[in-house]
Amino acid sequence: MALLEVNNLHLSFGGLQVLHDVSFSVEKGEIYAIIGPNGAGKTSILNCLGGFYHQQKGEIAFAGDDISHISPDRRAASGLARTFQNIALFRGMTVLDNIKLGSHVHLKTGLLGAAFYWGGAHREEMKLRDEIEDEIIDFLEIEHIRKQPVSTLPYGLQKRVELARALAMRPQILLMDEPVAGMNAEETEDMVRFILDIQEERDLTIIIIEHDMRMIMDISDRIMVLNFGRKIAEGSPLEVQRHPEVIRAYLGTKK
Amino acid sequence: MEFFLLLLTSGIAVGGVYALIALGFVLIYKATSIINFATGEFMMIGAYIFYTCSVLVGMPAIPSFIVVMAGAGLLGLLVERTILRHMLGQPTISIVMVTIGLSSILTGVAEMIWTSDFKSFPPLFPRAPIIVGDLIIRSNLFWGFVVAMTTVAIFALIFKYAKVGVAMRATAGDQMASFSMGINVRSMFTLAWIFGAIAASIGGLIIGNIGGVQPNLGGIGLKIFPVVILGGLDSIGGAVLGGFIVGIVENLAGGYLDPLVGGGAKNVAPFVVLVLILMVRPYGLFGRKEIERL
Repeated sequence: MALLEVNNLHLSFGGLQVLHDVSFSVEKGEIYAIIGPNGAGKTSILNCLGGFYHQQKGEIAFAGDDISHISPDRRAASGLARTFQNIALFRGMTVLDNIKLGSHVHLKTGLLGAAFYWGGAHREEMKLRDEIEDEIIDFLEIEHIRKQPVSTLPYGLQKRVELARALAMRPQILLMDEPVAGMNAEETEDMVRFILDIQEERDLTIIIIEHDMRMIMDISDRIMVLNFGRKIAEGSPLEVQRHPEVIRAYLGTKK
Repeated sequence: MEFFLLLLTSGIAVGGVYALIALGFVLIYKATSIINFATGEFMMIGAYIFYTCSVLVGMPAIPSFIVVMAGAGLLGLLVERTILRHMLGQPTISIVMVTIGLSSILTGVAEMIWTSDFKSFPPLFPRAPIIVGDLIIRSNLFWGFVVAMTTVAIFALIFKYAKVGVAMRATAGDQMASFSMGINVRSMFTLAWIFGAIAASIGGLIIGNIGGVQPNLGGIGLKIFPVVILGGLDSIGGAVLGGFIVGIVENLAGGYLDPLVGGGAKNVAPFVVLVLILMVRPYGLFGRKEIERL
């Protein structure tokens, strides 16, 4: 059984058809890419998966359960983490505070205990903090900026902090919306290395949207191509590159 | 000099209470971006609940205090769940108008239940004035200040360290990202209203203890508004500082200017200072720059 199964997704805003009958499934441990020209509906798919948009028709099943009618926060808690196209860090907070918010869902202490920060809550928090520090911060090489407010960091590092925050949620599926958009070559290379390492070491399933074709072709196991809200191709990087529909969507047709 | 110090200390004491009421605005604004113009009426209801428990029912002070907090929390919860939740996504101005309407309704309800007569509490705190060196501070001002500052400190600690506080700060920062962190944004809104109502009601209790309570006690809420704007609508530290500035300015103006101009300066001075500060820092002393002005 696939980890994520999307069947016949239809999404429209008023008269505008954004997604038309899109189906796909993602296997555990896979890096699955969604590509397509601007406005093809890529981010809309992520928003449907995350619960921010509600499809008119179709189902989304995560680990066998239909999650179509579950609220975004509960989807996140059940193991769907996400990074955003436009960085969505909590700007006033430090890097560490941002990352700790990722593990927020795993703090079990009840409202009252946590509200007054008594013993149990404190210990739990310290343990969590150590784990996060050891694993994720080291892993993403952001040790030196832990205490800095995120708003002072360069773009590439902010993206990395956002990834760290998503990892702190210990998700089963990581949804990445244009992780290397606007990055220079070096930053892109770092990010690619991190994504591959994450996938390998944590056996994480990654769904990625990106315009950087070289990167996508390098790292993806499978690719789905969207155009005007319809799925026009799916397959390995090689298959997709040769697909006539894909070539037409990207390069246009000769009149 | 002694006169100055006297005005200064009572200014600080009153300022502390203003800070607490300002916190009622800030807690709600921080999480929901709504300015609650019924904050003053939340205060008034808090004072009346205390009056009901302690005078009409005859409960001791501490249990009455707990009932006030529970009652105010319930009021905040009801307002958010029954009225404001349906307003989600509406223009800010509509939501603000709803809170203004709510303030009239609460005043009316209070008049129906408790009549418009002036009511006073039995003294809450020890009567003996507090003497620091040559200064004599009225006991209910002093203890009011202590209670207000303790409450502010508790809320500040919750916001800084506790799980719910951090979640509320996150909600204030970015709702979509908060959802994606598994934070239940809607319940954070509810919680913000509960916290805001509790802060305001404790403020109302202290004010009622100093000067008695009647249905238009909530008018003080408008006086607190310069405090909130001064400090920046989304800053707890700003609310505290704004509270002190307004309290001190008000008392100094009352002491020095009122005899000269024949009264009234006490009420006007905080607004003059407000306008002057906003000319230099339009987003308040500590507010975020992108803050919305109404």
